[in-house]
Amino acid sequence: MNLQAYIEERLAERKVLLMTHLIAGFPSLEANWRMLEIMAEAEVDLVELQMPFSEPIADGPTFARANQQALESGLTLDQYFDLMQRATAAFAFPHLMMGYYNTAFRLGHGPFCRRLAACGACGFILPDLPVEEYGDLWAAGAECGQTPILLMTPTNTDQRLQQIGAQAKGFVYAVARKGVTGRQTDLDDELYRFIARCRAATDLPLGIGFGLRSGEDLRQLQGQAEIGIVGSVLLEVWEREGEAGYAALVRDLAAGRD
Amino acid sequence: MGLTDAIFNHPRLGYYGEYGGAFIPEILRTTLDELTQVFEDARRDSSFWTEFEQVMRTYSCRPTPITLLENLSREVGGAQIYLKREDLNHTGAHKVNNVMGQGLLVRRMGKSRVIAETGAGQHGVATATMAARLGLECTIYMGAVDVERQRPNVFWMEQLGAEVVPVTDGSATLKDAINESLRDWAYSMADTHYVLGTACGPHPFPQIVAYFQRIIGEESRQQLLDSVGRLPDRVYACVGGGSNATGLFLGFLDDAAVELVGVEAGGRGLETGDHASRLAGLVGTPGVAQGYKTFFFQDAEGQMRHTHSVAAGLDYIGVSPILAHLAEIGRVRIEAATDQEVIEALKRMMRSEGIIGALESTHALAGALREVGAMTPDQVVLIGLSGRGDKDIFTIADALADENWQRFLADKAARS
Repeated sequence: MNLQAYIEERLAERKVLLMTHLIAGFPSLEANWRMLEIMAEAEVDLVELQMPFSEPIADGPTFARANQQALESGLTLDQYFDLMQRATAAFAFPHLMMGYYNTAFRLGHGPFCRRLAACGACGFILPDLPVEEYGDLWAAGAECGQTPILLMTPTNTDQRLQQIGAQAKGFVYAVARKGVTGRQTDLDDELYRFIARCRAATDLPLGIGFGLRSGEDLRQLQGQAEIGIVGSVLLEVWEREGEAGYAALVRDLAAGRD
Repeated sequence: MGLTDAIFNHPRLGYYGEYGGAFIPEILRTTLDELTQVFEDARRDSSFWTEFEQVMRTYSCRPTPITLLENLSREVGGAQIYLKREDLNHTGAHKVNNVMGQGLLVRRMGKSRVIAETGAGQHGVATATMAARLGLECTIYMGAVDVERQRPNVFWMEQLGAEVVPVTDGSATLKDAINESLRDWAYSMADTHYVLGTACGPHPFPQIVAYFQRIIGEESRQQLLDSVGRLPDRVYACVGGGSNATGLFLGFLDDAAVELVGVEAGGRGLETGDHASRLAGLVGTPGVAQGYKTFFFQDAEGQMRHTHSVAAGLDYIGVSPILAHLAEIGRVRIEAATDQEVIEALKRMMRSEGIIGALESTHALAGALREVGAMTPDQVVLIGLSGRGDKDIFTIADALADENWQRFLADKAARS
């Protein structure tokens, strides 16, 4: 699918879109299914489904623990792809694979992209793979309609943002602050300056990730970015408050779009 | 281009053959670029190496000697065995070479805080020492399992003013301490330098660590030429991450007649799956993790497996991309020694020579003892003794089941 066109289409109805995140196998595949159902009920716009990795260097404590527990509970790549396949068949939002490069490297670039395509995914986010290391992964992705989503960060130089922008497709995942996943972000002038630097480097829609926690945060993004990306707080709330709390949070986030 | 030259002037930036690279989140890109630049400037500054040597001479007993193991050589009845005595460094291991070198880089960058991972604790102690000496704040990440088995080193790090943070994620060993250090750095890089302790991780770390650790090999080569009048036939070094092996081998890389042998941790035996080998017996496979491409001990889906070694400093999933490359092109031969062989070798060297090696370093000796008997007395082997063993007193006493020591511990515990 053409992700960029999809995003622009959705933006005709909403002021900002919502992308939510979950980790396959955490706390269980059954729980994942309930999360997806809740996301579908709230008409979430995009979903990233993370394949756990044993060395999740870009993830903070909440996700690192979830990666580990999912693997300890026996999650395999086959189960991951099976969940992806069932999810894309059941839910309308586009699904992105999120994970670490070793998964793609071990499978091989071609088989990795073909398998994602066969499961109905529309792309992948590999935060530990810089643009100069993609090699034939660009072509492998393009051949079967898998969009690689690239990340921009506040510490990147303008020149580096240009390099990333030149290769980006679909949308750009802008990491709103330093550090790893899970810490709170202040939606302040610094963020808006960073967004402006990203805009100068790409014409693609911008998704802002890392640290968004509420519908109010989403509301503040309206007119600033095209997509708000939410991850850690969802996991924390599932663990702390269970399904009901989770559903309330997803509804709150979804309401922040209008 | 010679092999050594290719390590310091990459045909493909950050790569050693197929291995290396910098697979890191974008957030760290600018910091790594800055570090690369500072390091480039430093090594092109002719006074920098002189300054480094001066620091090592006055702060850390360099040059460390080579010692002929006369008794052991006679008992084994093969080649003459020489030991490169990195155990005589300040803080008791080769780790200080890299740490003091990176300390000089920190000064050039003007940063005020350092962080480091540690396995056995030697790198942590060395980093805490450097931080104290240079007046830097210091945080050490250490797997909770390693905190337990290397308590004396934890004690010293804290006394030296460092904060030691136990890491409970994953297998709670060295690899998890590296992940946690990278996470800290992703947040703190403006004022913090990550003193990576081994020749692994994203470019430029393997190169920086190799650059400072090559002092081991360069000294050894000159010392053998001066005292024996010839180069060794074989050089043995233990291989965990690979900093001491890389440093020692670099002295002989372009001497084609010198055979280089790396000895990995065979744990309970490669066939048991309970070990920390990657290259030996081809039990590892190429992968990308912790910022670099190399051979990892991983499963078919690319998840890292649990490693085991009696030596905490070798208990690691990956290996220096430099060594992965040198092994692949056949320049370095890789073997593995089991925990049991290591304990036997340790006892033997203590009794025959009065030298207490670290469990890590003793892997090199164990690998050598298997082979030198088949050599002749006119041949020479050099073994890198990367560190001393007193830090291992709890582990070694356990392995030797020393009753008096166990009684002492029980009494001490009862009194406190």
